[in-house]
Amino acid sequence: MAEAAAVAHDDHHYTSTGLNSWKVGFWTFIGSECLFFGTLLSTYMVYKGAALQGPYPGDVFDIPLTTISTFVLLMSSLAMVLALDGVQRGNKRLALFWLGVVIVFGSIFLGFQYYEFTHFVHEGLTLQQSVFGSTFFVLTGFHGAHVTVGVIWMISLFVMGLRDKLPPEKALSVEIAGLYWHFVDIVWIVIFVLVYLIP
Amino acid sequence: MSVSTAPAPATSPETHHEDTGLWSWITTVDHKRIGIMYFVTSLFFLGVGGIEALIIRLQLFSPENQLISAQVYNQLFTMHGTTMIFLVAMPQAVAFFNYIVPLQIGARDVAFPRLNALSYWIYLFGAIYLNVSWFVGAAPNTSWVGYANLTSTQFSPGLNVDFWVLGLSILGVSSIMGGVNFITTIINLRAPGMKLMRMPLFTWMTFVTSFLLVTALPVIAVALILLAFDRFFATNFFVASAGGDPVLWQHLFWIFGHPEVYILVLPAFGVISDVIPAFSRKPLFGYPVVVYAGVLIGFIGWGVWSHHMFTSGLGPIADSFFVASTMIIAIPTGVKIFNWMATMWGGAIRFTTAMMFAVGLVALFTVGGLSGIMHSSAPVDLQQHDSYFVVAHFHYVIVGGILLGMFSGVYYWFPKVTGRLLDEKLGKLHFWSTIIGFNLTFFPMHFSGMYGMPRRTWTYRAELNVEIYNQLSTVGAFFLGASTLLLLWNIWKSLKSGEKAGHNPWGAPTLEWSIPSPPHHYNFPALPEVRSREPLWNDDERAAIEAVTLHEPATEPEMPNPSFWPIVVAFGITITWALVMTGIWWVPLLGLAFTALGVYAWAFEDPFKKKAAH
Amino acid sequence: MSTQAEHGHGDHGSHASVKFYWMIGGILAALTALEVAAYYMELGAIEVPLLLILSAAKFVLVVGFFMHLKFDSRVFTGVFVAGLVLAVFMVSALILLYHWVPGFTSVAAGSA
Repeated sequence: MAEAAAVAHDDHHYTSTGLNSWKVGFWTFIGSECLFFGTLLSTYMVYKGAALQGPYPGDVFDIPLTTISTFVLLMSSLAMVLALDGVQRGNKRLALFWLGVVIVFGSIFLGFQYYEFTHFVHEGLTLQQSVFGSTFFVLTGFHGAHVTVGVIWMISLFVMGLRDKLPPEKALSVEIAGLYWHFVDIVWIVIFVLVYLIP
Repeated sequence: MSVSTAPAPATSPETHHEDTGLWSWITTVDHKRIGIMYFVTSLFFLGVGGIEALIIRLQLFSPENQLISAQVYNQLFTMHGTTMIFLVAMPQAVAFFNYIVPLQIGARDVAFPRLNALSYWIYLFGAIYLNVSWFVGAAPNTSWVGYANLTSTQFSPGLNVDFWVLGLSILGVSSIMGGVNFITTIINLRAPGMKLMRMPLFTWMTFVTSFLLVTALPVIAVALILLAFDRFFATNFFVASAGGDPVLWQHLFWIFGHPEVYILVLPAFGVISDVIPAFSRKPLFGYPVVVYAGVLIGFIGWGVWSHHMFTSGLGPIADSFFVASTMIIAIPTGVKIFNWMATMWGGAIRFTTAMMFAVGLVALFTVGGLSGIMHSSAPVDLQQHDSYFVVAHFHYVIVGGILLGMFSGVYYWFPKVTGRLLDEKLGKLHFWSTIIGFNLTFFPMHFSGMYGMPRRTWTYRAELNVEIYNQLSTVGAFFLGASTLLLLWNIWKSLKSGEKAGHNPWGAPTLEWSIPSPPHHYNFPALPEVRSREPLWNDDERAAIEAVTLHEPATEPEMPNPSFWPIVVAFGITITWALVMTGIWWVPLLGLAFTALGVYAWAFEDPFKKKAAH
Repeated sequence: MSTQAEHGHGDHGSHASVKFYWMIGGILAALTALEVAAYYMELGAIEVPLLLILSAAKFVLVVGFFMHLKFDSRVFTGVFVAGLVLAVFMVSALILLYHWVPGFTSVAAGSA
């Protein structure tokens, strides 16, 4: 770090910690997002058991199905680190393959969510039905919106990769996209347990 | 533009060419210009919020006054509070963050200049959006805390609350991005040798405030989203008859709202922690303690929110916890007060206007702090809740603390921004008239509150015997309003014909006073090397730094280009939220698509791309 | 997928990490399986703490290794944990207030 400070006084890439500013800023943003999802989750937890009319969680949740979509999202995180690894090594084929896996897995997760939402509505659990419906759909809906943004981001990176615009020097932009993707994944790790598994 | 005392030659117009047209302000990414825009905008809304307050005071001048209707009164006090908090106090602090922090830490700009511009434009558009409500006759009318279930469609069917919930959401986006930007700037763009524990206190308090911004604003954002769902999509988050709990709104609001209090006051503490040492000619007494006290306030500030809700029936256990935590948070605040006094003790004090406002803060904030400790006790609070006593308390904290701190900052840093001093005679007149007007307005409210006058009520009966206190308050309010005009007059006069300031008119110790006033757009020709907390008070260190900072370089440092995309994206975000008002779920997506296009154009713009030679 | 994986660490391993990432991925999958098993076994009093511990372990693995926090500068940990700690504090405080603190009556708690 000390050398970095000494060499680069006059460069607009100089930073006092030697760290990249985008990365510092993005981690700060992730810290902020913790509070965003924390508040949504609080609302869900506060209203746990407060629904005045069914369907109740036990009536609609399909644990095997959600387990599969959880697994898919988890594995997309693995694909993400492998994609970053590919970009860092300058291996375009590898990078594009794993970015593609992230996109496909993310889309599968969204597909499951679409199925789940429509299925719940069929069962009578709408956004307006009860506080369970309201808190559930808003919490998982905002998570789904984050996944959607992530998928669009990954597609953008994929297209850049196809056009040879993801050389190893650009690994940081993939790394930051990866941070976002992993964050979305850990939010789901928490949601899966607190919302689905804990009765 | 070079100043008299600087050894630098006059700048040649050929090499130092800065655009000044309207377009250059719209596309600017320079933290100093953005700071000025923040300041001017917040000053404008200080006028708006002030006029709202004066109409309130006119209505309360006599019992059972019929000047305005109860409906208009509700809109006035709601917009007065919302304006003063979100459109004046916060952006005014951000104006100082913008202009001063990069100069204090030896940086050429903030970490994300375009994001900084975006924050400003969102603030401006959000503020305009919020105030458009006046022109359609539906200004928000459920107070700045917007308690459920008054805000439900059942009890507030009009557009009023829609404007409020969407307007505040827009402003929240701006604040979160600002917080991220300043945290990154302070972590990453300090000049060599500027260790954390060498940073000026104002920078430190900016750092703590930024953390509060990025953590507290998401909470209110979610609360507003839930309320918006209740209103636009008929959900039941805060509808008791459908299983929702209106008290949850209070929790979420105050989990945000109490850190918000410190978001407002810590920057003012930061200002005077720089001003008092500068004019006492003494280093700040107990620097690390003041820093840690600030951090501690920010942290404990998260654990006291329910003291705003003692009357909602939380039960003895929860009440006891929040009583204790509230009393504890008074300790670090008290520590700061003693540190400021100990700094002045034995110092060579110069009572400039900036210093007088700083000392005024120490005195008046203490009064507000003491009444705050009074209602930290739940049984006492039950008596005082929603009375004018509380109004007196928080105006002592907010006007006596924040506004005086900001005025102190204006007098202190104005010479740096403009190169000219403000008139000290007018300044002192401004100070004394502010102090008199302020106390005349708010001190009587302690009494009217104790006699039982409720806040947020458009009139009162003569039998309550509070007429005299209200009349004093009204007279004081006009006095206070008039005194603020003195500041405007002073600024105007100084811009026209003020005394030239030189680069360090106060002999202050921190880095921003080592560069010319006003600074070049690149701030520092080369980055200075800092070796102590008061670099300009050590003669050899000052000589070494000024050799770098006052030097006119042959080639100017490379700075990011202006960008049009921040204002485009800000417009997109504002439109997206405003379109939620249609109540049709897909219409806001149009705004979102527009925003996305702006974001893409932004992402693929190279801020350091060479311009065609002019 | 397996051919790609072999291809992955067939590349000269400047990172030595690809194998490691697969291992973490495997542990994450196993922990998820354990969670679901715990759900079906209905373990009574220890079920909730067990589920919380398992998900916290997954959380730490992803943040520490996939997001590289374990190996990266502590500055990143600092700005992230600042938000995370407050979020955990807030969620726990509200759960406590609504579901455990005696004497706190509200619509939600009352009908629970």
